[in-house]
Amino acid sequence: MNYIPTTEKEKKEMLKEIGVNDAIDLFQDIDEQLILKEPLKISKKLSEIEVRKKVESLAQKNKTKTSFLGAGCYNHYIPSVVNHIISRSEFYTAYTPYQPEISQGALQSIFEFQTFICKLTGMDVANASMYDGSSALAEAAFMSHNITNKNKILISKTVHPEYKKVVKTYCKMHDLEVVEIDFKNGATDTEKLKNEINDETASVIIQNPNFFGCIENLDEIEKIAHENNSLLITCIVEAISLGLLKAGNADIVVGDGQSFGISPSFGGPAFGFMAAKKEHMRKLPGRIVGQTIDADGNKGFILTLQAREQHIRREKATSNICTNQALMALAGTVYLSMLGKQLKNLAIINNQKTNYAIEKINKLINFEIVFSSPIFNEFVVKCNDSKKIIDELEKNNIIAGLDLEKYYPELKNHLLMCVTETHSKSDIDKLVEVMESIK
Amino acid sequence: MKIIFEKSSSGRKAVELPELDVPMKENSIPESMLRNELDLPEVSEVDVVRHYTALSRKNFGVDNGFYPLGSCTMKYNPKINEDMAVLNGFTQAHPLAPDLNPGCLQLMYELEKDLCEITGMARITLQPAAGSHGELTGVMIIKKYFEVKGEKRTKILIPDSAHGTNPASVTLCSMEAVEIKSNNQGSIDLEDLKKNIDKDVAGLMLTNPNTLGLVDKNILEIAKILHDNGSLFYCDGANLNAVVGISKIADMGFDIVHLNLHKTFSTPHGCGGPGSGPVGVVEKLVDFLPIPLIEKENNEYSLNYNLKNSIGQMRAFFGNFGVMIKAYTYIKALGAEGLRQVAENAVLNANYLMSKLKKHYKLPYDTICKHEFVLSDEGLPNNIITTDIAKRLLDYGFHAPTIYFPLIVHGAIMIEPTETESKQTLDRFADVMIKIKQEAEQNPDRVKNAPSNTPVKRLDAVTAARNPILKWEGKC
Amino acid sequence: MENPKDLKYSKDHEWIKIDGNIITVGITDFAQNALTEIVFVELPDKGKQVQQNKTAATIESVKSVSDIYAPASGEVIEVNEQLKNAPEKVNKDPYGEGWIFKVKISNPDELNTLIPVEEYNKIAE
Repeated sequence: MNYIPTTEKEKKEMLKEIGVNDAIDLFQDIDEQLILKEPLKISKKLSEIEVRKKVESLAQKNKTKTSFLGAGCYNHYIPSVVNHIISRSEFYTAYTPYQPEISQGALQSIFEFQTFICKLTGMDVANASMYDGSSALAEAAFMSHNITNKNKILISKTVHPEYKKVVKTYCKMHDLEVVEIDFKNGATDTEKLKNEINDETASVIIQNPNFFGCIENLDEIEKIAHENNSLLITCIVEAISLGLLKAGNADIVVGDGQSFGISPSFGGPAFGFMAAKKEHMRKLPGRIVGQTIDADGNKGFILTLQAREQHIRREKATSNICTNQALMALAGTVYLSMLGKQLKNLAIINNQKTNYAIEKINKLINFEIVFSSPIFNEFVVKCNDSKKIIDELEKNNIIAGLDLEKYYPELKNHLLMCVTETHSKSDIDKLVEVMESIK
Repeated sequence: MKIIFEKSSSGRKAVELPELDVPMKENSIPESMLRNELDLPEVSEVDVVRHYTALSRKNFGVDNGFYPLGSCTMKYNPKINEDMAVLNGFTQAHPLAPDLNPGCLQLMYELEKDLCEITGMARITLQPAAGSHGELTGVMIIKKYFEVKGEKRTKILIPDSAHGTNPASVTLCSMEAVEIKSNNQGSIDLEDLKKNIDKDVAGLMLTNPNTLGLVDKNILEIAKILHDNGSLFYCDGANLNAVVGISKIADMGFDIVHLNLHKTFSTPHGCGGPGSGPVGVVEKLVDFLPIPLIEKENNEYSLNYNLKNSIGQMRAFFGNFGVMIKAYTYIKALGAEGLRQVAENAVLNANYLMSKLKKHYKLPYDTICKHEFVLSDEGLPNNIITTDIAKRLLDYGFHAPTIYFPLIVHGAIMIEPTETESKQTLDRFADVMIKIKQEAEQNPDRVKNAPSNTPVKRLDAVTAARNPILKWEGKC
Repeated sequence: MENPKDLKYSKDHEWIKIDGNIITVGITDFAQNALTEIVFVELPDKGKQVQQNKTAATIESVKSVSDIYAPASGEVIEVNEQLKNAPEKVNKDPYGEGWIFKVKISNPDELNTLIPVEEYNKIAE
């Protein structure tokens, strides 16, 4: 299958119009020695039946189970409407809305997206989305440097370890120093933050709820950051929490929108979001949609503030970002339209089911809930042998959670677990029952 | 059309949440951590469906018609790809449980191998989420390479025909972008290159074929000049569609390439993402790729975090896996033979259209093109400019070409038909372009005031930028 | 629009009004015309030290962005606050209400590189 409509007869007519004899003559500008003499070593073409079987066989190799694994990628129920809307090919086969007159669907939905993000984060302006939460966070670190002209970024150790890695990768290239702030009882140690913050600090980065599921004391951290004339960047990885929790009086709020109607899909694609206070509007990276009027005076939407961007400002742009994750942001927009104010109830259900799991697990002899800071829908359990727990639960078709040792060597035999609305009471009871039975 | 927030009606619901089946714990979260209000719309399911369906009807995609947006490779997006990406085994796979998802690892491994074969590169990272993200990855690799060698090289050369993402990526890495001139054939001016090459030059980023749709005839010589200077040669592979299966990027002397799965490999653009921008490198740079790589041993797939000089990680997890499934499905369906036909037919279509249009519009670089060609608005009658042509095309049911890029062509009109368009479509487009030229002569106001049969007329970009309204300010 | 004779000019299409050691800077009619409709002017902070030929402000239209260079080194003592809400003044009245910033210069010799109106008129043809 090659999806090419041109017939041999048509090809001849076209070659004649061009004035060459053979299609290969159209490649005479490429050095003869660079033209491949042999076909590529790639399997031969397949029919649709064959290709479907091949790909399905790969999908079937993956094992799906009841999972208590979150850690930055969450299982939430996705209303059917979401996938029906993003499967409309007027949306998914379009490009960035460069021609606004025939792209009002994309542009208005992005304007709605920006409105949703501002309402959820309490910020004044949001962009049209970023690749994911981690790269959005790295861009926020750059942005804080551009605003303050300072070179040091303080990042809590309770920020998702993969996000931290991305921030460090970006910052190293930009000659910014990244310093980690330790945690205490599962949340950022504010005393240590006070000791580390100084005149060189561009921003303080806090994830909320943090990687351990704990809710940070944003009020106190905000005070420390602002008293030092540093910016506060809040990062939201479990976006459902925004139904219940405040994002704090931050200067920049970023996050990942996977929880808003997007399946895990092995970590992507979902979307990142980025919002800021109004005074930082022109420092934001990425696409932004604005409202305007057309030649007849009717309301319409258009890409705006483009002079910030790479295609105009080139080497002086706020970022190199070009595309965003528009279709995923549309999924988020449709999801949030479906949930509306009920997002709060959904967040409460997540929190309450998690509380239930915590209480039950805490009663088990060989398990301990280690942090007493308030949590949202994830928590850390200490056990005797994490590998064994994971294996035994797997035998019972349950994914236990994340072995934290992978990222925190000091947290050997600690599991990070997550409960959402997708878990029924009996799922949790079953989990606890199997945990209890492990000797 | 109202926005969804304006359709809110207090008390209305679109979803029924499950009842809480566990005991309620009061005050589990301190009051000070809770939000005060949640001002989101209250609408019904049918409200949501009608609203977004109505919006979709105000949007133009490849499925609606010809989309000759140069440099973006807006080819047809096969439906089977979409079906494969939403198979349950893939959508439910958690990135932190790789052992449970060998199918994902195998797919990524095989995709990498096929992309290596297509480009001639030694290894490829699939992590970058878009082309520009891939570019940033590539520049980071260049920077780290010289750091490890103990050389301080600060400059990256970029031709004046390049995408803005190239210099922007360089700046993000605290390096300096130095512009190199194009000659009158649209290739790199070798004299200017030689003038600018010195021990500070870490590399050169070249889009190949370039943004004029032309292959640089001196490609091997450019590679030699760079390599003799110890510099690296970076290929912006945005235009791979023109040479896939015909010629390999590595054979041309490039050390690094980024690809756009959402261009050459048919994954849809989704109104501007998600994309995927894999980066391939030659053997000596493998050690610098982002972690992890996927390895295969005894038919088992595993993640390799052990790259001594890795630049680090470009985003959480493995990249836009869902996009990779679509590209994988596409490559498997086409096979080696089909991929070569893609390039042949993309180039055939572009040259056919160019040969029809150059009789009516100025073609600044009149030579055989690759996948796209660039016209100019010079010489159009009655002060008709590129924007007018683009807007008038919308009236005829076509998407407009890319306009005003590359910057080195006056009023550029950059047309990329792709291989999936038929001769009939190309003929119709050519006829319309010729007709618009006639309109420009006989009825210029018609063209100046276009479009007239789109959901909105020309929008006021100046007002939007002077007084930015970036969100709805009302309350639900 | 005629370029005023009592001003000095730079080859970068800026005009400079010299008042002792205070200079006022704006862009010429030719420049505003080339930029098309101006949507935003990024002004320097008052009190900022600027260096000759280095960027002191930027000016944006929908499709472009241009740097405004300081014609001489010194301290920014005043900026045209009106441009924050009405950048179009640069288009409408480039030599009057569209002025951009004032600098108290530290080295008057730096002004020797500026050119008189006759010479600028040739550049802006």
